Amino acid sequence: MLGRLKFRHGVHPPALKELTARVPIRRLPFPDEVVLPLRQHAGKPARPVVRVGDRVERGDTIGEADGFVSTPLHASAAGRVEEIGLWPHPDGSYAPAIRIRVDASSPQAARPRLVPEWTGLAPGALIEAIRQAGVVGLGGAAFPTHVKLSPPKDVSIDTILINGCECEPYLTTDHRTMVEYPARVHLGLRVMMRCLGVSRAMIGIERNKPDAIEAIRGTLPVDLDVSVHALEVKYPQGAEKMLIKSLLDREVSSGKLPLHVGVVVQNVASAATIAEVFDTGLPLIERIVTVTGRGVRRPANLIVPVGTKIRDLVAACGGLTEDAREIVFGGPMMGSAQASLDIPVLKGTTGVVVLTEAETKPTVSYPCIRCGHCLDSCPVFLNPQLLGQLALKERYEEMAEHHLADCMLCGCCGYTCPSNIPLPQLFALAKAALRKRPAAA
Amino acid sequence: MRTSALLVTASPHVGAGDSTPKIMWHVVLSLVPIVGAATWFFGPSAPLMVAAALVGAVGTEWGFGRRGTLHDGSAVITGILLGLTLPPGLPLWMACLGGVFSIAIGKLLFGGLGQNVFNPALLGRAFLQASFPVAMTTWSLPAKGDWWLLRGDLFALPFTSARPLDALTGATPLGRLKFEQQPTALLDLALGTTTGSLGETSGLLILACGGYLALRNYLNWRIPASIFVTVAALASGLHQFAPARYPGALFMLFSGGLMLGAMYMATDLVTSPVTNLGCWIFGAGVGVLVVVIRLWGGLAEGVMYSILIMNALVPFLNRWTQPGLFGAPRLRAGA
Repeated sequence: MLGRLKFRHGVHPPALKELTARVPIRRLPFPDEVVLPLRQHAGKPARPVVRVGDRVERGDTIGEADGFVSTPLHASAAGRVEEIGLWPHPDGSYAPAIRIRVDASSPQAARPRLVPEWTGLAPGALIEAIRQAGVVGLGGAAFPTHVKLSPPKDVSIDTILINGCECEPYLTTDHRTMVEYPARVHLGLRVMMRCLGVSRAMIGIERNKPDAIEAIRGTLPVDLDVSVHALEVKYPQGAEKMLIKSLLDREVSSGKLPLHVGVVVQNVASAATIAEVFDTGLPLIERIVTVTGRGVRRPANLIVPVGTKIRDLVAACGGLTEDAREIVFGGPMMGSAQASLDIPVLKGTTGVVVLTEAETKPTVSYPCIRCGHCLDSCPVFLNPQLLGQLALKERYEEMAEHHLADCMLCGCCGYTCPSNIPLPQLFALAKAALRKRPAAA
Repeated sequence: MRTSALLVTASPHVGAGDSTPKIMWHVVLSLVPIVGAATWFFGPSAPLMVAAALVGAVGTEWGFGRRGTLHDGSAVITGILLGLTLPPGLPLWMACLGGVFSIAIGKLLFGGLGQNVFNPALLGRAFLQASFPVAMTTWSLPAKGDWWLLRGDLFALPFTSARPLDALTGATPLGRLKFEQQPTALLDLALGTTTGSLGETSGLLILACGGYLALRNYLNWRIPASIFVTVAALASGLHQFAPARYPGALFMLFSGGLMLGAMYMATDLVTSPVTNLGCWIFGAGVGVLVVVIRLWGGLAEGVMYSILIMNALVPFLNRWTQPGLFGAPRLRAGA
């Protein structure tokens, strides 16, 4: 059964995508050095397999996967390993990273194929090739793609959903990918359909991207059962649970995954990357990043090596304005603010949004006036008002009883709260505290 | 830009643009026309009464509240609303004392903004009603040609007996109906040319001002809607049953403090339920209680006690109407 192309609750932040929606993707010249944190994705970080002083070529493995929910890491530029040590990570911590001095004189492009041709491969070999290429979800959460493509034997997947919503304000990487590389999206989808043995796919795109919808529709492969759907423009339309609700009218219940309702969701950028990996024979070592916001002089959509520092991205976009104040990785609803220009782009970094002084939220909070706006905005129907009051008293176990685990930290409650209570931050803290405590406590 | 000036805050990094002070001051703004109408009907007594209640409320917040809570505007709302619930001829010191009680006992004792269980303005009015029952039920007539005349002994010193009223007094429409079996013309009720508290007069104006707040989503429209539907349904049912004994729906809606109570008191964000289903039930409860007290109770008017009683039930309503989790089988209510 088809969904009603929308979900209940959510919020309508101004899209602000016009800054880069029509700016064609361009390639950034190689920076002087790249920094590749070993923790690029959800799951366990990679283990380094190079030593300081080693010479690496573009695409060489520099970190190996540590377990099933982990992926290898590859050099995103040819050069010399300068340092393996702690470096500021986008999550706010210092984390192990490999710093490579880029060799300006050596050729960066041509080299023999590292990833096999896809056409002759069986599903198992395809998934292994995707894992070896270090592919993770490029929509932000960076979940290793090969894990999603290997569902347990006892569930049956009937549909792949391709997520082209890009509901976060400002970001246009998915948008530009669909407009400029629609064939890659379809090829990546074809590969994933073979991996999963699924014959049906649906592509969901928010209605505010008519050129992307047109480009994707105009290049639909005739031999596949793929349909394209224009969805309501509302945040967080691109959240997996909301997308599944909108497209298929299925609800993923508490504690369950999309695969429990027979669905695998992949981002359009992930699909395009799978296509590119098999096309060029190089593993995932570069990605498209939107560098935007009113704090950047010339906003752009850039292809950059993974590990490029904010400093180099901003320089390529004309520098920061005088009133630039806050730099956010990802969109402004869920993204994380960065404290230094030396922080590198990860595989999952969708954009760098620079907010001006005037755009940042005031830091003063007021007491909760129980207006209930947070309840009206929560897309998973929690009671953020109650959860917030409990969080302030550190009553975390009670929060767990009120379904804290279902909170996906989408930020809708914090967006609507007139008292400016940092609800998502309180919930993230509570989740972290509960993870540390023994389950019996 | 210096890197050291980078701001690091938690997501979301953007907001909808509303703030608690902005909401509160919009409520204050929307009350200005109502105070204006009260002045039109009752002369200079009206602004004096509101000012006296304001002095009590704001002064108490300033003197005993936490630092910097004055600018959030909530004490100003309490002061104005309390003033509007008072009869035009009440000695001003009583209004001021009511304001002090509203803020000190009704709000600060509970922990300040957001913590109180009962609507502070109504609590202040209940205190005055209990302390000064005669003064609180002496109703002067709206101005007719003697606009400048004060409506009573406004400047009586505390704890002295007020001089006998110079102005004309009369019963409120509800009192006339209850104790004298006299009806009042509907048009007078809707426009406000009747006896009553300062804010009990022009139903249509209150409806418009509250409607503005509802449009901005600064009050939950489900509460007044639920009150109106419940009162109208019960009143018209009883009216059908015994037209001579029970007044019709429109009379019930536009008389007494129902409009002001439904639009401004019951919708107080702090003391009403957070869930939409809870708001529907809350409003229905207020509606039933209003009809019961008005028609069968010992008092002519019951809006104040109806709302205060339902305020006490809000924690339970919130608990009973928790939203149904996404993906779980649930009661689809409350939109």
